[in-house]
Amino acid sequence: MQVGEIHQLLVDRFGSEKITGLKTDTKDPWIEVAPAAIHEVCEFLHDDPRTALDGLCDLCGVDCLETDPKKKNPVEPHVEVVYHLYSYTHRHSCKLKVKLPRWRNGEKGQPPQLPSVSGVWDVANWHEREAYDLVGIEFLDHPNLRRILCPEDWEGHPLRKDYEFPLEYHGIRGK
Amino acid sequence: MQVEDPRVVEFDVRTDEMLINMGPQHPSTHGVLRLLLRTDGEVVHEVTPHIGYLHRCAEKIGENLSPPQWIPYTDRMDYLAAMNMNLGFALAVEKLVGLEVPDKAMVLRVIIAELGRVASHLVGMGAYGLDLGTFSPFLYAFREREIILDLFEEVCGARLTYSYITPGGATHDLPDQITIPPGLAQLTGRNPHTTLSWMDACRMFLDWMGPRIEEYHTLLTRNAIFIKRTAGLGILPRDMAISYGCTGPVLRGSGVNHDLRRDGEPIYTRMYQGYQWAVQAAPFQDAPRDVILGDNWCRFYVRMREVAESINLVRQALDRYPKAEGTHRLPFKMGQKLPNDEVYLETECPRGQMGFYIVGDGDAEPFRARAKSSCFCNLSVCGPLCEGVLIADVPAIVGSLDIVMGEIDR
Repeated sequence: MQVGEIHQLLVDRFGSEKITGLKTDTKDPWIEVAPAAIHEVCEFLHDDPRTALDGLCDLCGVDCLETDPKKKNPVEPHVEVVYHLYSYTHRHSCKLKVKLPRWRNGEKGQPPQLPSVSGVWDVANWHEREAYDLVGIEFLDHPNLRRILCPEDWEGHPLRKDYEFPLEYHGIRGK
Repeated sequence: MQVEDPRVVEFDVRTDEMLINMGPQHPSTHGVLRLLLRTDGEVVHEVTPHIGYLHRCAEKIGENLSPPQWIPYTDRMDYLAAMNMNLGFALAVEKLVGLEVPDKAMVLRVIIAELGRVASHLVGMGAYGLDLGTFSPFLYAFREREIILDLFEEVCGARLTYSYITPGGATHDLPDQITIPPGLAQLTGRNPHTTLSWMDACRMFLDWMGPRIEEYHTLLTRNAIFIKRTAGLGILPRDMAISYGCTGPVLRGSGVNHDLRRDGEPIYTRMYQGYQWAVQAAPFQDAPRDVILGDNWCRFYVRMREVAESINLVRQALDRYPKAEGTHRLPFKMGQKLPNDEVYLETECPRGQMGFYIVGDGDAEPFRARAKSSCFCNLSVCGPLCEGVLIADVPAIVGSLDIVMGEIDR
């Protein structure tokens, strides 16, 4: 199935409030999903025999903030979560995107929230922990949302564009 | 009837569960991996892997470097298969900028990538023998790998972190004349001052290496003790393997016939078109009686079969190379601007499917460079696999997943 067909299937099922967009003029076309609907959309894509997207290749966060003031047409500041799905049955793939505000309620330091898909694919458990750790996205209903790569008492999320490297960590001095 | 005895209360000796740390500096954890075991006597109830000891945030570094500059960082992810890491990233960049490398570069990449796979699986085999308490396979594996490293050194000057395959092709062509690698001269009884072409040296190595595989099978695969330690243990069912995102030999050991060299995206599969080879996946007809689909033995055997298959591929690619057209390298500037687009590409690395996700924004440096690690996903299944096994079997199961911490922690 092409991404366009999967998009049509999703719009028929969930309506355009939950399936908010389709981008095709790109190398890997993607479907944009409303944050609140991501779990049910993923569950449908996983269970429905027409799509049978039983593999989650990758899940990662992207912090969209242009730090270069000279850049023309900077992006609207937001955070994206990107899902790359693959079907071992039909050998087709699909890419989903969710757009979130950079901070919950605009308060800096409060990570935005998104339903977890770790109940759909077990591998999402660790990928979501990594996205939480490095990009700072809180996954609701995640069984064990702790940092995975950084130490547990680390402050901040390193892959945020405005992340500031700590000057000191347990007596180890940075620059 | 219970008698109050103050001495017993004083020590508070408990006979129930115990928490044991295995690692981070434990020889069987393949690097700095810490496993927290909750045990009841000899039986493991729960395993919690703690990772991140090698974390360098290579993805953040990648946002500040152009793709050719980030290639050395991909070397250091899976440092046992650096060539395959280079290839995965180079292909992702080529997909992003719309570059198609000529025939000659593709054949060259097949030769190098498959030799890299052989070298990587040799370490996997040797280290797995070490995990199970036998030392000699490790020595044989490193003897063979040494020659591959010598061949790589002649090609690009490095022995571990090559940075050889770059966007556009590869940095150098195969050398015309080299001195025979010392290990190869010794093993084949040649004069160590012999000079010959790189391709002849490679062929000579393959001719010598091919028959050795049967020896490894005698040493490990069909060894009664080895079978006792691996068969029927750490069984990973097909659906669980897919749900946990397992890839590579771990997935194929569970009976999924899936290999990106055949089933991947066209930019990758076109490299492997026209070769005679087959995807190696369980179940195997020649498996010993106690083997169950998806156990440690199956995962190990998939790797061993892939070594033979890769040797076969390199032989065919060497025959093609002199006739291949085009150049080994298309120009790709250090500061070449990346288009305003994003791509994701997975390739079949020895340990599984390594994915690179690159977002370009018109600058030379990508806006986001993401490396999806195959070992990261393969390791995430080790918790459920180790439930209810004996402590001594934990290294056997973790070893069969064949992880490299540099890639997990990035």
